[in-house]
Amino acid sequence: MAIEKVLGIETEFGIAGGPDRDPVLASSVLVNAYAQQGRSRINWDFDGETPDLDARGLPGLTSFAPIVETHLANTVLTNGARLYVDHAHPEYSSPECRTPLEATLYDVAGEEVLRRSMLVANEILDSADRITVYKNNSDGKGNSYGTHENYLVDRSIEFAEIVRAMVPHFVSRQILIGAGKVGAETDDARSASPSFQISQRAEFFEEVVGLETTLKRPIVNTRDEPHADAERFRRLHVIIGDANMSQTATFIKLGSTALILAALEDEGLTNFPSPPRHPVHAVRAFALDTSLKTTVACEDGAVRCAWDFQDMFWELCRSYVERRGGEAVAPPDQLEMLLTQWRELLDGLHTNRELVADRIDWVAKLRLIEGYRDRHQLASDDPKLQAIDLQYHDLRPERSLSQRAGLRVLFESIAVREAVHKAPTTTRAFFRGECVARYPDQVIAANWDSLVFDLGTGPLQRVPMADPLKGTEAMTSHLLETSATANALLEALDR
Amino acid sequence: MSEQERIQRQRSARKDTSSSEVAVEGVKGEQLKSDLDDLLDEIDEVLEENAEEFVKNYVQKGGE
Repeated sequence: MAIEKVLGIETEFGIAGGPDRDPVLASSVLVNAYAQQGRSRINWDFDGETPDLDARGLPGLTSFAPIVETHLANTVLTNGARLYVDHAHPEYSSPECRTPLEATLYDVAGEEVLRRSMLVANEILDSADRITVYKNNSDGKGNSYGTHENYLVDRSIEFAEIVRAMVPHFVSRQILIGAGKVGAETDDARSASPSFQISQRAEFFEEVVGLETTLKRPIVNTRDEPHADAERFRRLHVIIGDANMSQTATFIKLGSTALILAALEDEGLTNFPSPPRHPVHAVRAFALDTSLKTTVACEDGAVRCAWDFQDMFWELCRSYVERRGGEAVAPPDQLEMLLTQWRELLDGLHTNRELVADRIDWVAKLRLIEGYRDRHQLASDDPKLQAIDLQYHDLRPERSLSQRAGLRVLFESIAVREAVHKAPTTTRAFFRGECVARYPDQVIAANWDSLVFDLGTGPLQRVPMADPLKGTEAMTSHLLETSATANALLEALDR
Repeated sequence: MSEQERIQRQRSARKDTSSSEVAVEGVKGEQLKSDLDDLLDEIDEVLEENAEEFVKNYVQKGGE
């Protein structure tokens, strides 16, 4: 049986302005502003963080181990998320969610968290130092920052099988979930002089498989840090994705990838499309061609365009759900919504793109860019078009172009506001979020798989949470309701 | 009704449906175009004033 697909998204946001135009300082100001405005002043606990472990089992000798920065602002929110400064960006890591739709909601809640951070920070800053946050992945000048997905995967699946299964998906899914970009930033892409690319990130990928995330970016990342029982679980850390403004795109991104992983766990590689012979070439070439006609040669000798791969994956997932139910990923009504939307996007790309401009970010953005260019008769490299590109991702309601582009919304604003404060109920994020909300003075640190309490007397006490599917509302709400204090909670846990 | 008539009726019925579909598509197309026109007006209102400066100053450090 497929492992229940616990999942979530981490987003590094672009940042502009701030005191001395220092992005690290500006990011810290944002995180601290949010932490102090709310009740959460709880630190992140780095014990157990091993981002340099490699899923292939190789020692990371040829790799630069990612740097863990312990001195920067770092906090845990009552919704179970982590908000912190990563390198020179504010980063929101969503809590562990149980379904793709829930993980989409918590990604949208992350936008709201950053919006509130901006509001609070900008109240105390001089008007010249105001901070702006962008949910995008590149600055147009060769610097990229990530949006990473995480999926719980069965440890018993060979990593090589995951690579073979996922490469065709990761190179082709951009036609549905690419966020679009004006121009090109790397030598290779610039030589094709595109006026527009489907994906923000595609041109930055240089390897098929690897451990790095900041240089020589790989299509399949091998970071092996499950934040859970490593005997049973793997966390697939997916670094090849754009930050989406379209909620439907985020939903399709998470849902399709989770279903494909579940199908792999349950049925193996039998029905999977053969991977492209040159995956790095494929992901870049697909990004460069908004006509979607570009084809690549595959290992089985066939020639396929990105749409063909996605059509095959859709069929694979549809028949998998028909045979197996797919409850490891989501309940039936959500799976139906996922397959219906995925199909509609594919059909729309083939027949009439206007019909999917309300759900596919790159189509929505390209429509703005081309419309504006034609109206004002601008050259394709006019800075105004790049400004439109940037402002598509601006989180300020008064400047955001994606909010004006007519994108479909999946959640009521009240649901988003609640998700800003309340954790998902069916993963360990519930216990983390509730402890942070209920015992803010005693929880002194937290991370994905444990909480650390300081009761004022005696040693610090660590509560492990190795299983992402334990610590749910059903399992812990009675315990929490009957524990008025952290002391009472820990005593009850000891019994 | 002769076979011939029946076929003709079916044909004209089908023709009616398809022409009304075309009409609906036409209305949708016009709606989308006027939506886009409104949207482009709005872009002029909210776009950063000095686009060149704004784009030039947007420089990020790499992340991840």
